[in-house]
Amino acid sequence: MLKTLMTSAAIMVCAAAATAQTVGFSQIGSESGWRAAETTLTRQQAEERGIDLKFSDAQQRQENQIAAIRSFVAQGVDAILLAPVVATGWDSVLEEAQEAEIPVVLLDRQVDAPDDLYLTAVGSDLVHEGEVAGQWLVEKVGDRECRIVELQGTTGSSPAIDRATGFRNAIEGHDNLEIVRSQTGDFTRTGGKEVMESFLQAESGNEICALYAHNDDMALGAIQAINEAGLNPGEDILIVSIDAVPDIFKAMAEGDANATVELTPNMAGPAFDALEAYWEDGTMPEKFIQTESTLYTQDDDPMAEYEARKDLGY
Amino acid sequence: MTVNPRLYPLLATIGIFMLAYLVCWMQFPYMLSTRVVGNLLTDNAYLGIVAVGMTLVILSGGIDLSVGSVIAFSGVFIAVLLRDTGLHPLAAFAILLAVTTAFGAAMGGVIHLLAMPAFIVTLAGMFLARGAAYMLTIESVPIVHPFYETLKNAYWLMPGKGRLTLIAIVMLLAVVAGALIAHRTRFGASVFAIGGGEQTARLMGVRVGATTVGIYAFSGFMAGLSGIVFSIYTSSGYPLATVGTELTAIAAVVIGGTLLTGGAGYVLGTLFGVLTMGLIQTYIVFDGSLSSWWTKIVIGVLLLLFILLQRGLLRVSSLRA
Repeated sequence: MLKTLMTSAAIMVCAAAATAQTVGFSQIGSESGWRAAETTLTRQQAEERGIDLKFSDAQQRQENQIAAIRSFVAQGVDAILLAPVVATGWDSVLEEAQEAEIPVVLLDRQVDAPDDLYLTAVGSDLVHEGEVAGQWLVEKVGDRECRIVELQGTTGSSPAIDRATGFRNAIEGHDNLEIVRSQTGDFTRTGGKEVMESFLQAESGNEICALYAHNDDMALGAIQAINEAGLNPGEDILIVSIDAVPDIFKAMAEGDANATVELTPNMAGPAFDALEAYWEDGTMPEKFIQTESTLYTQDDDPMAEYEARKDLGY
Repeated sequence: MTVNPRLYPLLATIGIFMLAYLVCWMQFPYMLSTRVVGNLLTDNAYLGIVAVGMTLVILSGGIDLSVGSVIAFSGVFIAVLLRDTGLHPLAAFAILLAVTTAFGAAMGGVIHLLAMPAFIVTLAGMFLARGAAYMLTIESVPIVHPFYETLKNAYWLMPGKGRLTLIAIVMLLAVVAGALIAHRTRFGASVFAIGGGEQTARLMGVRVGATTVGIYAFSGFMAGLSGIVFSIYTSSGYPLATVGTELTAIAAVVIGGTLLTGGAGYVLGTLFGVLTMGLIQTYIVFDGSLSSWWTKIVIGVLLLLFILLQRGLLRVSSLRA
């Protein structure tokens, strides 16, 4: 009896081990809070689905990522998630993964390689994010005259270019809205604060009606600058930004910020969905899975959103 | 049987590598496959090549901080040249190697003529080369050329599906060439002599100036070669690539048993230093739950260990004398 029990237990353990999939995840690094949250959520998602996740932090270096992918291939993992640090130079290592019949899913950023080398890419549409932010502002101000200042991301970076384009697409045709000043705040809080200070001096404060920041961090810096100038952020100057980090929800709860567009750090969820379908019966997903760009305003219970996000590692 | 105490650091390096491999193999039997060995050689090819140049520099008691930037510059230089002109990659390689060798020679000349510390001069070289890379382009430039495809796909499929790639072979050849130059030529003997003490070397009749220029020119050449290999490895040029590689190379040389103050060491040891570091990285990826920053911690511990070992050896040999 005992023996049968033990054998069946052993069989069950073996069966469980056979079905548990191993996925290697090559992450860029932990340069920002958003990326830390992406890592945390990927681990959570893997755990919930019973996937054995092998995690490798590349410390911002492509050579580390290539080496990690090669090691994953050598180990014979069932799939690879890759958040590429740079767009070029992935062809040969992706070919190796393909020869070993290991599907690769790109997270959050794209690569400069033929798209048959990877299963799918999960990411947000940066232009769309800018459009959502712009549409919110268009609806908010209605027919009022509105002079907008813009805090751009790092010059030449694709989020900065695309988020600027999207916003302009949205306000096009509304002549009462005008972008009067636009400068880079380098995606940082201090950058946002300094540039906003100069905007306030140049535009004599009360003539600015709204601020559009390419990320929340710059908006948070700008809120500080507006407070220091004796104005009321969120009322005198409307503030809309992108990313949806916890601190912006806090600012929204306090009435200092008005709206944010979420860049979800949960890229792994859709990636695992696609992989599970692929393992199940070989379903090929679309080549690009777009994550939602949800708009949050002061009406969306920002305090609750803050609580839900604060432990993700932002 | 007595072993020359000078060989101890080299033997220690090889011993540590074997031991580390044994530990890895016991935990992940698959680590002892041609695939992993092939990956180790390929993924560390650029590092191995640049470390060979660094070994000669350190043997002479110097240091070359510019090499990481020179690798990045090389990649960008080749990518831009191939994108904007109709040059054949081989011609681009030749121009590049001439440029980086001259760059190294110029640094060597400044170090010797102005009697400046190598640290300062090559630090300036590091900024210069990185800046030059940014001048050429601020984005990553893909290299699309049929010849590059050939280079990229040139490998020998070892039994067990491991790949011995062309760039891995270039690295092994660089090690052999470096070892021959360091241990079998007059130039190599001069390098060791300068590392032992510049005054003594001068009295021995070593042409210190020419040798210093030669050493840094060699390091510049190796950095250029490493840049070519890196550009094949990633088939692109990226000005932000290989930041801090100079320090990794120095670490590999020291773990390889070369005395950081110069005068003693083996080029072969450097190869094992590079492979040991690659092995740690591979182990951490295989494990998959350890933070990759453990690589740095283990390398730090190994470095300390080797510095202590060398101190101890110096004491032992001075006691004997």
